[in-house]
Amino acid sequence: MYNFNYHRATSRDDAKAKQGGAEDGSYLAGGMTLLPTMKQRLASPSDLIDLAGVSDLAGVRRDGDAVVVGAMTTHAAVAASADVAQAIPALADLANHIGDPQVRNRGTIGGSIANADPAADYPAAIVGLGATVLTDSREIAGDDFFTGMFETALNDGELVTEVSFPVPEAACYMKFPNPASRYAIVGVMVARTADGVRVAVTGAGPSVFRSAEMEQALSGNFSPDALDGISVPAGDLNADIHAGSDYRAHLVGVMAKRAVAGCG
Amino acid sequence: MTDTGIGARVLRKEDRRFLTGGGRYVDDINRPNQTHAVLVRSPHAHATINGINAKAAESAPGVIAVFAGADTAADGLGGLPCGWLINSKDGSPMAEPAHPVLAQGKVRHVGDPVAVVIAETRGQARDAAELVEVDYTELPSVVDTATAANPDQPQVHDEAANNTCYDWEFGDKAGADAGLANAHHVTKLDLVNQRLVPNAIEPRAAIGDYDSGEDRYTLYTTTQNPHVIRLLMCTAVLNLPETKVRVVAPDVGGGFGSKIYHYAEEALVTWASRKVGRPVKWTADRTEAFLSDAQGRDHVTHVELGLDKDGKFTALKISTVANLGAYLSTFGSAIPTYFYAPILAGVYTTPAIYCEVLGVFTHSVAVDAYRGAGRPEACYLLERVVDAAARETGLDPAEIRRRNFIPESAQPYQTPIALVYDGGNYQKNMEDCLAAADAAGFEARKAESAARGMLRGFGLCCYIEFCGAAPSAVAGALGARAGLYEAATVRVNPSGSISVMTGTHGHGQSHETTFAQLVSEQLGVDIGAVEIVHGDTDKIAFGMGTYGSRSLPVGGTAIVKSLDKVIDKGKKIAGHILEASADDIEFKDGQFAVSGTDKALAFGEVAGAAYVPHNYPLEELEPGLEETTYFDPPNFTFPAGCYICEVEIDKDTGVTRIDRFTAVDDFGVLVNPNIVEGQVHGGLVQGIGQALYEGCQYDAESGQLITGSYMDYCMPKASDVPSFAISTNETKSPTNPLGVRGCGEAGAIGAPPAVINAVVDALKDHGVTHIDMPATPEKVWRAIHGGATAMAAE
Repeated sequence: MYNFNYHRATSRDDAKAKQGGAEDGSYLAGGMTLLPTMKQRLASPSDLIDLAGVSDLAGVRRDGDAVVVGAMTTHAAVAASADVAQAIPALADLANHIGDPQVRNRGTIGGSIANADPAADYPAAIVGLGATVLTDSREIAGDDFFTGMFETALNDGELVTEVSFPVPEAACYMKFPNPASRYAIVGVMVARTADGVRVAVTGAGPSVFRSAEMEQALSGNFSPDALDGISVPAGDLNADIHAGSDYRAHLVGVMAKRAVAGCG
Repeated sequence: MTDTGIGARVLRKEDRRFLTGGGRYVDDINRPNQTHAVLVRSPHAHATINGINAKAAESAPGVIAVFAGADTAADGLGGLPCGWLINSKDGSPMAEPAHPVLAQGKVRHVGDPVAVVIAETRGQARDAAELVEVDYTELPSVVDTATAANPDQPQVHDEAANNTCYDWEFGDKAGADAGLANAHHVTKLDLVNQRLVPNAIEPRAAIGDYDSGEDRYTLYTTTQNPHVIRLLMCTAVLNLPETKVRVVAPDVGGGFGSKIYHYAEEALVTWASRKVGRPVKWTADRTEAFLSDAQGRDHVTHVELGLDKDGKFTALKISTVANLGAYLSTFGSAIPTYFYAPILAGVYTTPAIYCEVLGVFTHSVAVDAYRGAGRPEACYLLERVVDAAARETGLDPAEIRRRNFIPESAQPYQTPIALVYDGGNYQKNMEDCLAAADAAGFEARKAESAARGMLRGFGLCCYIEFCGAAPSAVAGALGARAGLYEAATVRVNPSGSISVMTGTHGHGQSHETTFAQLVSEQLGVDIGAVEIVHGDTDKIAFGMGTYGSRSLPVGGTAIVKSLDKVIDKGKKIAGHILEASADDIEFKDGQFAVSGTDKALAFGEVAGAAYVPHNYPLEELEPGLEETTYFDPPNFTFPAGCYICEVEIDKDTGVTRIDRFTAVDDFGVLVNPNIVEGQVHGGLVQGIGQALYEGCQYDAESGQLITGSYMDYCMPKASDVPSFAISTNETKSPTNPLGVRGCGEAGAIGAPPAVINAVVDALKDHGVTHIDMPATPEKVWRAIHGGATAMAAE
């Protein structure tokens, strides 16, 4: 770890100001990716602006037909939230299988989606449930938020404040974890919503994506069998020592079917 | 009698310390005025060093010194030694290239140490290490085991043509060839025993501390054998007499073999502490552990097993290429040879066995002993080929083994490859395990799995291994450059409390409890009255350390023999005081009593008399009560057992789940069954880790370590294993008076073939006959969908 300046922000405005005043400032949420990367000297922000003291960034609330999760809400808090469990059990289940207990008790939804790891779980929820990401300055549709591998629509210094998940009729997240890291080799969120069926895939490609073909098939017949013969093109998918792209493509189909079945 | 003697399930004496954070590891130790060392390591697998410019580093904040290979050479530092000479088939000695503590003009693996930066703080040392400019010319590298000896491959050492360290053989080639030629059926198998990273939970660490007043060094280090480190470092690297060096190995957080060896960092911090005139501390981070701890296994093997028409084995022939890494580690040469081939008879009566091993250098981290060390590799190929033979001949895997077991009546059994087994009923182990595993109910469970769309497989392994290394004369005849006895001193203190100084070292094996139980049993005292002292060359006469499940069979025996001597002396003292012949004194229940009378002295009274010899036979007996024994056993011990694994495989994803795992082990006498069970659990999990999860991979082109962190190197987790069903049989070993055999490695030896046999069994209806470890979901899925040939071609 190289030297850096540490700031503890007291409010959203304070965080913004401190980030803006830094040469190469980085917000610190749970630090589950940022801190190990800094320890390995692969990242070296000049300043860390710790958001842990910004009290109105954490928490879960029900807001009409949506569940709104504050950016600094930990995975464990999402998993344990009665509102989430009642309205979107698939989201609680997803949160409950991120990493390990230490990660779940430190890592946050805002930190996770701002980092946009292609193998993270939350992107499947943001896109699969049609969520809206709220920042200090605007609302970004979930479909538009993730723009590539570790890339988002966020501007420099833009602070994620909340994520609003519309409550689906039914949803289920099925994950095939990397046995070493527990990140998703493939994770599929299937949701039946008022606006139609959504299928979002994380882990398999450079960034989360939707499968229009699966969504279309499920719109007519919401059953696992509807996905028979449908796959995603392997050529667009990741390949590494844990899973080749053809295996990932196959797993997308398996996980999608299981997620459909899990929607009950 | 006490209730803390042999066989008692007493809680570990170590637990209070470890569970309350009171353990004291090397990194917990800080010496006054201490400095910190960080190593500059090679980023390349193979490169020449054209020059090193340390000017910027030397002037960086807090930096005290920067040393490179030229500095260690100028001071005449020797290289790291290899402890075992292997001769090739033609009688020529192995190629033994220099293994410098800092690179001399060339680097040979990613992580090879090039320079050391010493600074006031670790952070400053690390910052400055980045400023050391090393001018490299990258060279092509080779990491592949199977092809490393091909003439067109890049050469690791000029002294080792075709990257060959040795071309070694063992056994009866003509007999094996004849046995195969005359066989009714020959089963052939090609398999890989993949490279593993040891991953002790505590990374290595070392502190060198030179005392100019005494002109003496202290090295605190994470080792399994402090006396061996002192010997190797003094004689091979630093050219110092042992009297000038103290080596301390405090609490050590696991070793699994990786902390046996003498490492460059130990010599560097010791040497540097005098150069800078201050203590020098180095602690590895996890990345360094991946890049510098000696790794395990890494064999590519072809095996052929001949059978007669009744399924009796006629011959076994094995050809192995063993990857030794870039340099010979302390025992690196011996593990794929003398710790491998001699156990290839397994538990069977195969009359002719031949094994040849090509030891090759590659541009990778050195390979040496890792839990089991040679025996897992032997057990794996044997139990895999036996299962394959059963499949090919239509015999049940248990039945083919029944037809070939060494019968109990043939014990002690002379194998055709040197070893003499020391007793055991191998068939009973299997039959007991089959019963415990409910083998009869397997088909019903398989049908139930099938109804859920799952594949179920049953895997059997009957392992044998050898522990308690062992007869020094034999080891010496086979090329060992060390003895393999063990030393122990029992010191009875004046008040009757007992200190035991052992040359073994505990780093997870619970010696402080087990050894105290030996004292409790023999002297009739509670284990609370006993302290076990280990890990300090100034406190302990000598020792060879802890590895190869030797501590109890060899080190424990040294303790009980010293206890015998204490009791003998105590009888003489008691006889004098009680005015009886020493021959008439019985020692029982902690008392020295005159036979047939009620005249007796408590153990503590005799101890007191030994130190306050007012009424004492001074003309024939010295005061004091302390005895030392060096025990060199007549043979190895041979633990054996049977493991049965039942897996369920999700054919849609390829995920293998271990549903049931049953173990029957014969470890001889158990001193503490709790601790034995813990060792079995740990060993099984490590073996399951090799079978399903772990695999060290280097990039074929660049030689970079791909699996360099836990994000990519998959360790087994608690949720990956079932609750184990374990039990033991007891055949006392005649090799030592305790009748113990050693239990530390069995699980890691026997589990991999049991798991893989189960996986192959589950996949047999899909045409799969082989799968290499680790059987990852992707591999299993490909095997199901591509068949066995696709896997073999991979």
